[in-house]
Amino acid sequence: MSDDLNELYQAIILDHSKHPHNARVIAPCTHSAEGYNPLCGDEVTVYCTIEGGRVADVSCMGQGCAISKASASLMTLQLKGKTLDEAAIELDWVTGMLTGGVVPGRSAEAVGDLVALAGVRQFPARIKCATLAWHAFEAALKGDQVTSTE
Amino acid sequence: MAFSIDKIRQDFPLLLQAVKGRPVCYLDNAATAQKPQVVIDALTRFYTEQNANVHRGAYYLSQSATDAYEAARRRIAHFLNAASPSEIVFTRNATEAINLVAAAWGRTFLKAGDEIILSSLEHHANIVPWQLLAKEKDLIIKVIPLLASGDLDFEAYTQLFTAKTRFVAITAVSNTLGTVVPLESFISYAHANEVLVLVDACQAVPHFKVDIALWQPDFLVFTGHKLFGPNGIGVLYGRAALLSSMPPYQGGGGMIERVAFEETTFRAIPERFEAGTPAIADAIGLAVAIDYLAAQDTALLEQHEAALLRHGLMRLQAVPSLRILGNPTHQVPIVSFVMEGVHPHDLATYLDSVAICVRAGHHCTQPLMRCLGVQSTVRASFAFYNTFEEVDHLADTLLAAYQFFK
Repeated sequence: MSDDLNELYQAIILDHSKHPHNARVIAPCTHSAEGYNPLCGDEVTVYCTIEGGRVADVSCMGQGCAISKASASLMTLQLKGKTLDEAAIELDWVTGMLTGGVVPGRSAEAVGDLVALAGVRQFPARIKCATLAWHAFEAALKGDQVTSTE
Repeated sequence: MAFSIDKIRQDFPLLLQAVKGRPVCYLDNAATAQKPQVVIDALTRFYTEQNANVHRGAYYLSQSATDAYEAARRRIAHFLNAASPSEIVFTRNATEAINLVAAAWGRTFLKAGDEIILSSLEHHANIVPWQLLAKEKDLIIKVIPLLASGDLDFEAYTQLFTAKTRFVAITAVSNTLGTVVPLESFISYAHANEVLVLVDACQAVPHFKVDIALWQPDFLVFTGHKLFGPNGIGVLYGRAALLSSMPPYQGGGGMIERVAFEETTFRAIPERFEAGTPAIADAIGLAVAIDYLAAQDTALLEQHEAALLRHGLMRLQAVPSLRILGNPTHQVPIVSFVMEGVHPHDLATYLDSVAICVRAGHHCTQPLMRCLGVQSTVRASFAFYNTFEEVDHLADTLLAAYQFFK
């Protein structure tokens, strides 16, 4: 067992993948979009309710690997109750951290459990698994029906 | 000739490499195969000693390159037991070969309402070109269903034929399940109905003898890189009369007889279908790969592959929560499986951590995935250079992965 592998599949990732939070359909919702990874066929649908500029509720349903399921589950916990501006920072932080882009400076407390996704960086083939739900959330806010990782 | 796996492995330099400090365990041969040193050397030798364009120059080097390129064509005709080297067209890969047939034959000879039969086992490369053609020409595509075993349903196949059926495009071996399709029956049934057949032999040629005279396909394609040859070279076999009846696929140099702005005339086969400078070194390298295989005792290689498959199936069946997909009547050593509760990509990442190379995903067979009721699988695909120890390494690591993820 390599260290990288333990870093990737840390307990929090495995726990969220086996018992994902907010794995449900929100109906009716104000925004939704499907994320699709054509490389592996994985798909996730993000549902959210935006009220008064806040993410009042957010959920994810789909099929995917441990990384994509855990990332989706962590995302729903992280985004719920956030303003749209705050949600945009979360999105920038996760995608920036995973893809080596510019990462907004944040306290460890603000990052919270999302730090568990950092292990994915060592596995370039898996980064799209981790960003799938986040891109779907972004697409939902923009009003796109389907987004693809490609 | 005694079969020595160690000696054979010495011929493939990549197999002797380490990945992240561990010896590589390469079980993704259905995606691409490793190359023997003689193939690698042939590429270097061509570029070092022989490089010139073919069919162009009056000088010695160009003639020498042309001779080697045409010798490669003859070698491949002999390998497939084709009637003539003119029936061998070099392409970039099997995908391009299928697209060539769809464009040059299909666009010319098919008309609205005509029917094409494909199988549930097909790779996207033998589906999408026909769909594009079907959309353009208003054709109907019918699909041979799959039996629970992973074999094709021959009875259902015969029921698909109508007076409108014109073409069958079918694989010889499933790249996902390893199913060997009994092609002689499928082809002779089509021919009895005056329907042409294209065979995708990509996964067949690395594992057993493919004989044009025996199967009598109208077209047959394979790619070089899965046959231990270089990337970027593929083969289209077409019956001479058929190829001769087809217009060019691409236009350019090398395929013309006489060009004028009023009218251009085209060369005979196979040059008509080889516009532009071909992959000369790669064609020569492919012939060298075929020579390498011919120098082995193929019966022993096939026995070894069959033993690897038996051992692999036995070991994998013993892994808890692991389900092997399909149980075909005849199978090459390609095995797809899923582990309950563990996504194929997670399994593949786990296997990669100990340098085991497998493919996880849909294997470019999404319609087949739908038939099987899965989104993706892990696929281990073996070549004659794989060992029983590698099979055990795979099974032992899958057991560890089960413990890790459960």
